[in-house]
Amino acid sequence: MEDMIFYDRLQFAFTITFHYIFPQLTMGLSLLIVFFKWKFLRTKIEKYNDAAKFFMKIFAINFTMGVVTGIPMEFQFGTNWAKFSELTGGIIGQTLAMEGLFSFFLESSFLVLFIFGEKLMGQKLHFLTGFLVFLGSWASGYLILATNAWMQHPVGYEILENGKYVLQNFSALFSNPWLLPAFLHNQIASVVTSSFVVASIGAFYVLRDKSVEHGKLFLKTGVVFGLISSLLLAFPTGDWNAKNVAKYQPATFAAMEGIFETEEAGAEIVLIGQPNMVEKKLDNKIAVPNILSFLTYQDWNKQIPGMDQFTEEELPDNIPALYYAYHIMVGLGTIFIGIMGLAVFFLWRKKLYSIKPLLWAIMFLVPFPYIANITGWYVAELGRQPYLVYGLLKTSEGVSPTVSSGNTLFTLLGFVGLYMLLGLLFLVLVGKIIHQGPKPLKH
Amino acid sequence: MELFWFIIIAVFLAIFFVLDGYDFGTGIIHLFFAKEEKDKEVIAKAAGLFWDSNEVWLVAGGGMLFMAFPTFYASVFSGFYLPLIIVLWLIIFRAIGLEFRSQFNYQMWKAIWDKAFGVSSLLLALFFGIALGNVVRGVNLGGVENGVSAYEGHYFFLPLWDSSFSPLSEHPGVIDWFTIIIGIIAVVTLAIHGATWIILKTNSSINSKLKAVIFNLNIALLVLTIFSLVIWQIVNPNSLNNFIEKPYLIIFPIIYFTGLIGLFFVKKIKKEAYNFLFSTLVILGGITAALASLFPVILPSTNSINESLTIYNTAASEYGLAVASIWGVLGIILIIIYFIVQKRFLGGKIDKMDYGH
Repeated sequence: MEDMIFYDRLQFAFTITFHYIFPQLTMGLSLLIVFFKWKFLRTKIEKYNDAAKFFMKIFAINFTMGVVTGIPMEFQFGTNWAKFSELTGGIIGQTLAMEGLFSFFLESSFLVLFIFGEKLMGQKLHFLTGFLVFLGSWASGYLILATNAWMQHPVGYEILENGKYVLQNFSALFSNPWLLPAFLHNQIASVVTSSFVVASIGAFYVLRDKSVEHGKLFLKTGVVFGLISSLLLAFPTGDWNAKNVAKYQPATFAAMEGIFETEEAGAEIVLIGQPNMVEKKLDNKIAVPNILSFLTYQDWNKQIPGMDQFTEEELPDNIPALYYAYHIMVGLGTIFIGIMGLAVFFLWRKKLYSIKPLLWAIMFLVPFPYIANITGWYVAELGRQPYLVYGLLKTSEGVSPTVSSGNTLFTLLGFVGLYMLLGLLFLVLVGKIIHQGPKPLKH
Repeated sequence: MELFWFIIIAVFLAIFFVLDGYDFGTGIIHLFFAKEEKDKEVIAKAAGLFWDSNEVWLVAGGGMLFMAFPTFYASVFSGFYLPLIIVLWLIIFRAIGLEFRSQFNYQMWKAIWDKAFGVSSLLLALFFGIALGNVVRGVNLGGVENGVSAYEGHYFFLPLWDSSFSPLSEHPGVIDWFTIIIGIIAVVTLAIHGATWIILKTNSSINSKLKAVIFNLNIALLVLTIFSLVIWQIVNPNSLNNFIEKPYLIIFPIIYFTGLIGLFFVKKIKKEAYNFLFSTLVILGGITAALASLFPVILPSTNSINESLTIYNTAASEYGLAVASIWGVLGIILIIIYFIVQKRFLGGKIDKMDYGH
């Protein structure tokens, strides 16, 4: 049984990690595309329109990848987590089905129109289709976060005698205190990713001395959006989420912050250190006293329960992974603010385009917002363990009762192989679009 | 409420099979009949332009199935674990084929992705037919062995096949001689449907040849249909009872045969849309007739110990279904609006359209 859960978890983790490479770009990028198209309508300067159309091409390939890797996510609820689906489908099915009905149709219908319809529709309608694509992709994010928020902090339900979770209050799914902070944090994080992508492609064009005008536009837009979104990521949204974890999942909070022992007054904030699960302490720790209490409760001396206050059952089952995911996310977020702040400073001093080392750095930083986004999700998902529905339903109780681990390993290996191929082709394709540049020759 | 959601989901899945069905069919025709590069290009485009918006119907239908009938969703998805995951892989392969073929202008590159598109379309059609065959045949719910259930009564697990390949064996697999016949029917039906779509949407040079292909495939379809009705009686002797008890359900098989007969006039009919309409009727009629023959059962049990799954014993709570019907109707109205807007701009033949890459 133990083995079986392992492969099921690994398969879900692998497929969702790979899947989330794509939506995190499309959600943020759709906002930037709407911005470019809006600037074009206002200024009538052609390069803004070029930018909107260029990034919609990158959007389209990411959207396709998101669709084909997203269907396995929906299916896996039933194939691998049948018991969970049976028990909670009446609740989380609501938000998942709404996602299909409200966001996918919107997104896919108007994406096709955006790509093919510019000449047929005129500029104003073309802007509108772009806006509707943005609306669809953010609605999708909202409904997925609503689903996840219910798993993190279940509300509006009743448990029947046979163990089934029945919906009692539909609107509670959307007034869930977990939802809004998580949604905003997630969406802004996707704006960070797409800002880095836009800035990175801009840096590439400026450095290689081709499509320089467009490159400068991408750089400027990317770093400004990048700085604003990186700042919003830390405060207020990041802060707000951390407070929610401290309030609703205190054991998770202790584990992700790496607090093994409860201190009398005021908890320290850990910057670096490796969890030593045998001796229950952090090795090579660098920490600043009392800061965590202040950040969480605005009180330097407020006591924060450490992991010693919780039983093994209550604590997440992989504390080091949770701790690292959290610290990688926070550390990268801090670096993003620094780099983007520097870039905006030089943009203001009108020197950005000639500082080569900074442009190289911006170009090569592009994988890191992806890593930060994905580790952020690991914090949420590892932090919820050992539960599927926090405090109520254990992960081990949600797995399919009839699927053997041999079959799960078989499909996991298949997914790994197929996604390798998919990832390779994706990179080739995006590389081709970037190589062609924002004004490709007509063919 | 259960009935309302059953109908909505059935409609969504039927629309999926009509819309993505022509993509599968286009792939099959592409695999066997497209020889010249120009035809290959335009035929791939006839599917490539639309497949992702068509697939949305599957995603939405699946999501609503999860919401409205969670027990059914859990049982069927875990029970048909292997074929479903294989279908996912094929869907991904098909998408790769369509999206990547035109990216580079090398003969070998295009040949590889054409085959990926064609073969995965063919196998998808086959697997979806086999799936329908499994649903009408039924499964060993609860995994009963010597009169004892191995799991809860609404769970099961099917291997891909059992060495006997017989639907009458004690543990039939996903693939047996009955389900494979249904699978072949699906392949033939969707090949016809793909051909009528290609004729409707393109000016490819094989259009006139495809009319002869449709005619011949239609003869095969008629023979296979009659044959399958006979063997269905062997697999499940009660399969036609619903039509005797509720004679109005006969409308669904009538739809099927109307389409089938209409397709015999493919060479005479000048209006291309009618041919597509007839192949659409075959698909709609086929799926609805199969569902009607089972209703209200949605997955029959092959043993006498565990009850068949019905829309009533697998549904979510009354409150949940009622709330969902409000947003469901709203969502459907929106979808109709999008559809009208899209067709207004993107109707007509696609040969001249810029694919945007």
